[in-house]
Amino acid sequence: MKNKFDHEIALAIIHKVGARPEMLVQILHAIVKEFTYVNESAIRLIAKEINLTRAEVHGVVSFYHDFRTHPAGDKIIKICQSEACQAMGSRELTMHAEKTLGIELHQTSENAKHTLEPVYCLGNCAHSPAVMINDKVYGKVDKEKFNQLVKSE
Amino acid sequence: MSMGSNDVAEKIKSIAENQNKNIEIIRNGSWGMSWLEPLIEVCVDDERIAYGPVTVDDVEDLFKSGFLRGEKHQLFQGKTEEIPYLKNQQRWTFRKCGLIDPFCLDNYISSDGYTGLSKLLKADQSYGIEQLEKSGLRGRGGAGFPTAIKWKTVADTQADQKYIACNADEGDSGTFSDRILMESDPFTLIEGMTIAGISVGANHGYIYLRSEYPHAYKVLQNAIKSANKANWLGKNIQNSGYDFNIDIHIGGGSYVCGEETAMLESLEGKAGMIRYKPPLPAIEGLFGKPTIVNNVVTLGSVPDILAMGGEAYSEYGMNRSKGTLAFQLSGNVKRGGLVELAFGITLREIIEKYGGGTASGKPVHAVQVGGPLGAYFPDSLLDTPLDYEAFSEKQGMIGHGGIVVFDDSVNMASQARFAMEFCSIESCGKCTPCRIGSTRGVEVIDRITSNVNREKNLHLLNDLCETMIDGSLCAMGGLTPFPVKSALKYFPEDFEATDNMSE
Repeated sequence: MKNKFDHEIALAIIHKVGARPEMLVQILHAIVKEFTYVNESAIRLIAKEINLTRAEVHGVVSFYHDFRTHPAGDKIIKICQSEACQAMGSRELTMHAEKTLGIELHQTSENAKHTLEPVYCLGNCAHSPAVMINDKVYGKVDKEKFNQLVKSE
Repeated sequence: MSMGSNDVAEKIKSIAENQNKNIEIIRNGSWGMSWLEPLIEVCVDDERIAYGPVTVDDVEDLFKSGFLRGEKHQLFQGKTEEIPYLKNQQRWTFRKCGLIDPFCLDNYISSDGYTGLSKLLKADQSYGIEQLEKSGLRGRGGAGFPTAIKWKTVADTQADQKYIACNADEGDSGTFSDRILMESDPFTLIEGMTIAGISVGANHGYIYLRSEYPHAYKVLQNAIKSANKANWLGKNIQNSGYDFNIDIHIGGGSYVCGEETAMLESLEGKAGMIRYKPPLPAIEGLFGKPTIVNNVVTLGSVPDILAMGGEAYSEYGMNRSKGTLAFQLSGNVKRGGLVELAFGITLREIIEKYGGGTASGKPVHAVQVGGPLGAYFPDSLLDTPLDYEAFSEKQGMIGHGGIVVFDDSVNMASQARFAMEFCSIESCGKCTPCRIGSTRGVEVIDRITSNVNREKNLHLLNDLCETMIDGSLCAMGGLTPFPVKSALKYFPEDFEATDNMSE
């Protein structure tokens, strides 16, 4: 994944999405999609382009779970922590994932391969427990299936 | 798709090519029979024969058994429309889900799509709201507010600009009906929004879609493009003189943005802090303009209400809960999926008849209805009919219709703790009872389960719950105590001290 911040690319993204204050959440999504995270340079640039203060942009970045402020690994693995998945063992699955990958939720492995994050409902509740890896959803993920997914994808 | 339907489709294609079989693969949307997915339907003599759940490894075997001719196989389910799970439902809003190709506008129109909007365009502008009044439709997002009143308020408010904001931030765990509708039948939502726009004089709509639904985004984007091309969206729709456009905005992964005023803030690009009410969004909503905020299923129910008349819809249901609701069965249940039925069926009937009991085969221990803010019901309450008022009498709520089943391996003190923890993670922070109360709630529950000043802390927890219910600005803090209180009331044994309770 490309996670080195690039001023020119970021500028192009801001203007493609629309350099208006009401587009801020959408701009941040596009920035995260490109760089996997929002850093201080991105916040400065966005604030300047859409005419908000850095504090205002920072407030929005820190409010939402989707806008991480550290680079992510190649595979962003989100495990659902909500009730339907809990009923089918997502807590155990999360512990297994933490142990297997050697990282905790919200962390990225040292080799930058994996990032583990919680998510509260993927709407895949009838196939619980559910896991999302780089925008692809998987259902009925047991330990074995998890190991395969982490290896193969 | 999460069960590997793309791989199954690829496999079928490659085997068919090898065997020189001439087949056409259509990726129809989900019927909502999740327990049979991936589901394959083979069209034989105009009948659809179903096979499921199919894995990649089953495909060769299916070819050998002659599934292309509808022959028997161990995954054979008979004609799709005859599968009891589906046949016994009362499909209205989800009538076309599974039936049609969600990427094909012509397919939508040939299944009576755009009949409702066409009727409105031929009638008075008020026709839509009149039919909605007759239908008795109430908001399906959770609050159950009469839709016609909301629309009428916006229609009667004078403004130079009005908006339609579709709440597709389906954050409640155990709910997925919005997702299935958007992925399986996106045009119904688009038609519903267009009807809303024309009825109240709004020319612009937003779909606020949660970021956890990337596939729904793709399907909706395509549908909006197709509808624009065919002039069902855009300027002068079907030469009616009306304009209507739709944009999709993606949420930021915040639960509280499902609350309507937080959603409006987020749509304006800001942090999703809730707003004081009044003013109601219907008077001062998005960018300060009159705005209809409706859930996906509410808007998706509208086209057929116009097409078939409001009275036809109100014939379903009981008391003040008219029409149908798409219940969503999940958690520890044998046959999870979407079940659209008239209000009035009991919780037990739906879990046993449709759900087939728990997946683990153990007895049902607790059932949470209405998402993470809904009460936990014990066995003794399972005969409550699914009706907005009947549920609130029992301190529960139907909410968005999610039904999550737990067997006896669940510890209800953990679930109560989770409710508080979830609230502390997702609280927008504007009001104190929700922001601080939830954190204190976690601590108090931990003290109870580790036997520290037990009686005193139980009393404190009840007090805290009352404060949150009475003092919170929105449903997040105001409803979080309900799962907690119900767990305490019906499952007190789980709050006994244990050695290892604080995970």
